[in-house]
Amino acid sequence: MALEHVDHNQEHGGSAKIDALNLPELYQCVHCGLCLNQCPTYHALRLEPESPRGRIHLVRAAAEGRVELNERFKEHLYLCLLCRACETACPSGVQYGRIAETAREKLGPPGSSFARALLNLTFTQLLPYPWRLRLAARLLRFYQRSGLGRLIRLFLSAKLCAMDSMLPAIPERFFEPDGDVFPALRERRARVAMLSGCVMPLLFGDVNAATVRVLQRNGCEVVFPKNQICCGALNIHNGESAAAKQMARRNIDAFLAGGVDAVIVNAAGCGATMKEYGYLLRDDPAYAEKALRFSALVKDAGEFLGNIGLVGELGPLHMTVTYQDPCHLAHGQRVRSQPRKLLNAIPGVKLLEMEGSDRCCGSAGIYNITHPDMSQHLLKEKMQSIAANGAPAVVAPNPGCMLQLRYGSERYGPALKVYHLMDLLDRAYASADASDLK
Amino acid sequence: MSRNALINELRAIVGEYYVLIEKEDVIVYEQDGSIFQVMPEIVVLPANVEQVSAVIKAAKRANVPIVPRGSGTGLAGGAVPAEGGIVLSLARLDRILKIDLPNRIAIVEPGVINQDVTKAVAEDGFFYAPDPSSQAACSIGGNVANNSGGPHTLAYGVTTNHVLGLEVVLDDGQIIWLGGEVPDTPGYDLCGIFVGSEGTLGIVTKIAVRLMKTRESVRTLLAVFDQMDHATQTVVDITGAGIIPAALEMMDRTTIEAVERGAPVGLPRDAEAVLIVEVEGVREQTEKAVEVARGICQRNGAREARVARDESERQLLWKGRKGAFGAMGALAPNYYVQDGVVPRSQLPEIMRRIAEISKQYNLRIANVFHAGDGNLHPNILFDMRTPGELDRVVEAGAATLRACIELGGSITGEHGIGIEKKAYIGLLFNEADLEAMSRVRKVFDPDGRFNPAKLFPTPVSCGEVRRQPANIPAGLWL
Repeated sequence: MALEHVDHNQEHGGSAKIDALNLPELYQCVHCGLCLNQCPTYHALRLEPESPRGRIHLVRAAAEGRVELNERFKEHLYLCLLCRACETACPSGVQYGRIAETAREKLGPPGSSFARALLNLTFTQLLPYPWRLRLAARLLRFYQRSGLGRLIRLFLSAKLCAMDSMLPAIPERFFEPDGDVFPALRERRARVAMLSGCVMPLLFGDVNAATVRVLQRNGCEVVFPKNQICCGALNIHNGESAAAKQMARRNIDAFLAGGVDAVIVNAAGCGATMKEYGYLLRDDPAYAEKALRFSALVKDAGEFLGNIGLVGELGPLHMTVTYQDPCHLAHGQRVRSQPRKLLNAIPGVKLLEMEGSDRCCGSAGIYNITHPDMSQHLLKEKMQSIAANGAPAVVAPNPGCMLQLRYGSERYGPALKVYHLMDLLDRAYASADASDLK
Repeated sequence: MSRNALINELRAIVGEYYVLIEKEDVIVYEQDGSIFQVMPEIVVLPANVEQVSAVIKAAKRANVPIVPRGSGTGLAGGAVPAEGGIVLSLARLDRILKIDLPNRIAIVEPGVINQDVTKAVAEDGFFYAPDPSSQAACSIGGNVANNSGGPHTLAYGVTTNHVLGLEVVLDDGQIIWLGGEVPDTPGYDLCGIFVGSEGTLGIVTKIAVRLMKTRESVRTLLAVFDQMDHATQTVVDITGAGIIPAALEMMDRTTIEAVERGAPVGLPRDAEAVLIVEVEGVREQTEKAVEVARGICQRNGAREARVARDESERQLLWKGRKGAFGAMGALAPNYYVQDGVVPRSQLPEIMRRIAEISKQYNLRIANVFHAGDGNLHPNILFDMRTPGELDRVVEAGAATLRACIELGGSITGEHGIGIEKKAYIGLLFNEADLEAMSRVRKVFDPDGRFNPAKLFPTPVSCGEVRRQPANIPAGLWL
């Protein structure tokens, strides 16, 4: 019998070195493994190629020309949620997100060629155009209300039906600020600009409105720079950087022109991305410095209010809640204490911590669509964790988590109310007003 | 058996998904926490003991080496398949099977994460004592293989003191129990032989571990020194005063820099050394002991000696200490950690010698170690990509070990021999000692297929660091 010995160790230089992947971050990883248990996909599968350490090693091997950027490689890089829990766990401070995003940029968007074409279209032709997004949302709303959905679902595959059932109901009204400037109520403490966002004004217009009111009550003059646009997070996370950089430049110009003390973001994913514009545009001589200046201004709404401290009277909201740390807030921005501090400041609110509050719920941008199996696995675990905790409401200051948790509550239970942190603060202020009137 | 036949058989046992053969899958198993790299040909992840047994039988028929792997956090190359073959990952055997508080034992599978054992019993006031710095990631199976210690080894002993029984799969696939659920079983202590055997005797599939009662009070002191000599003398004086702390840890200036750059915990970056002294027991006793320790620190010139105010401050100190190895990446792409031991009284002298070695070889050395039991961890920082540097690193490492032996110590405290120290084991044992050990190994592993090329002395060369299989037996797949 012929010797069939295959020794991978002997296969040197099978592929070309890839300089674009040879990032300094790779050499900061000493493969200690402390990230493993914190990684949701490793935790679920127990496979080293589905761990941060494994993925870092793969990217390094590709940079050194030891493995090819083939489909298998791509699967490993895209099974990652980009939750960045590994960055919190890493003692060396390896910025894994940068490694994964750079690798994905090289790989391009995930999925079949049809899916990739569709994603590319979304990233370059839809997200950068707010009016197109609004139009798409209106069409979707019509589809949902006309009963057309029920008819069409008869012809959809099971997979598409599942996706259809994940679509949130498009609300009656979008958030369209009726002015450019919302004055500070009481003494002015800051002038801030707010990111309206791509999905937020369409699906969570009420949260945007609540955020404005809470900021106003805390002495902030709130402006909405006209030319602002989607932050580009979905693009960057899915291997599209050209349009993303264009969107970043436009936002930088729009917001820096406003002359503000801070740029407030109430979506954790967007905040994390905008705080990293400085890195995204580091090689753009015209924007590198401006981008750093811009990034330094970006603050999550909860982070900002927690830091400056609440003013004004908060009324009681008798309720028990648990808090889900959005990955891009806890891991991406290292913001954990301020949202909890704000919740605890509301009279009558009891915060019950759940097990693994900073573990990803499986939403992760469009991950719940691209990787439904892993996404649902993580969502089920999350719902079990919330059920064990027993709180009837969860606070998650990020639109992706809110949609995912609402879906989880409907599909797996327990029955649960899902709030944005700004929702509750707004209600607490309103409740104080109401008791004043009595 | 042909390679394809073996792969098909393995797939039939564990399912196709859990047999990895593509290069983009197996390449990530070429490394553990050490600097050694050799790629396996196949990685198999069984889900239960029956599957482990079937995999071992198949590997025996194919005459292929088997290298067990837990979380791959080891520092001596123990999970690196030195001669290729099959890596048997036990990561999926991750259930805690039984917790028996009245008898203070738990039965766990080898893939269970060390910290999760304590987590499972903490609310009831118990804990699992061995606490390697990698406890948030390392597996109990890996701890058993390496007889791992940790900062609290000083008070509680190492893994072997906490393992009562083992279920193991032997070379022919037989499943047997060694030891039991009670402390004293008659006959040969075969369980003791398996602990620390580094995967060379068989595959451990269940572990009965001892649970300990959480102490009433814990006090943790951080002492800051401007001179290394003062810090090491403090260690000598504290143990000399008859205080046995639960842990007595040291970090030097370079280590502090790594921790503060990687994941800051607020250690003073201008200090030459810090000591973490932890005492446990009943409240009156710990209050007294921590004050005595604080006094000794101050008499030895500590510029600051403060007791952690609350549990979160204490946890932060330990986060810094336990992340210290991993944090070395903040200073250099590679580090080579030694695991030497000296008698405590020689600590001041060995630290002086290590400083000289650092100067002589022009290499930065970060020291973070279990000072209380004289177990050193000099981390030699380097960059594998710099030509010639690795040779100097290996020489400097050998120089630190020689210094330990000269001062009456040993070459390893807790990391195991693996690939890394097999060249030095001859410094500790004579031919007859090694022959006796080798005979034990042959009883359990007659074909020499369990984690081959580990533990026993063969010269270690720099070539082995650079991912070349030591030697592939001819006709491996025939």
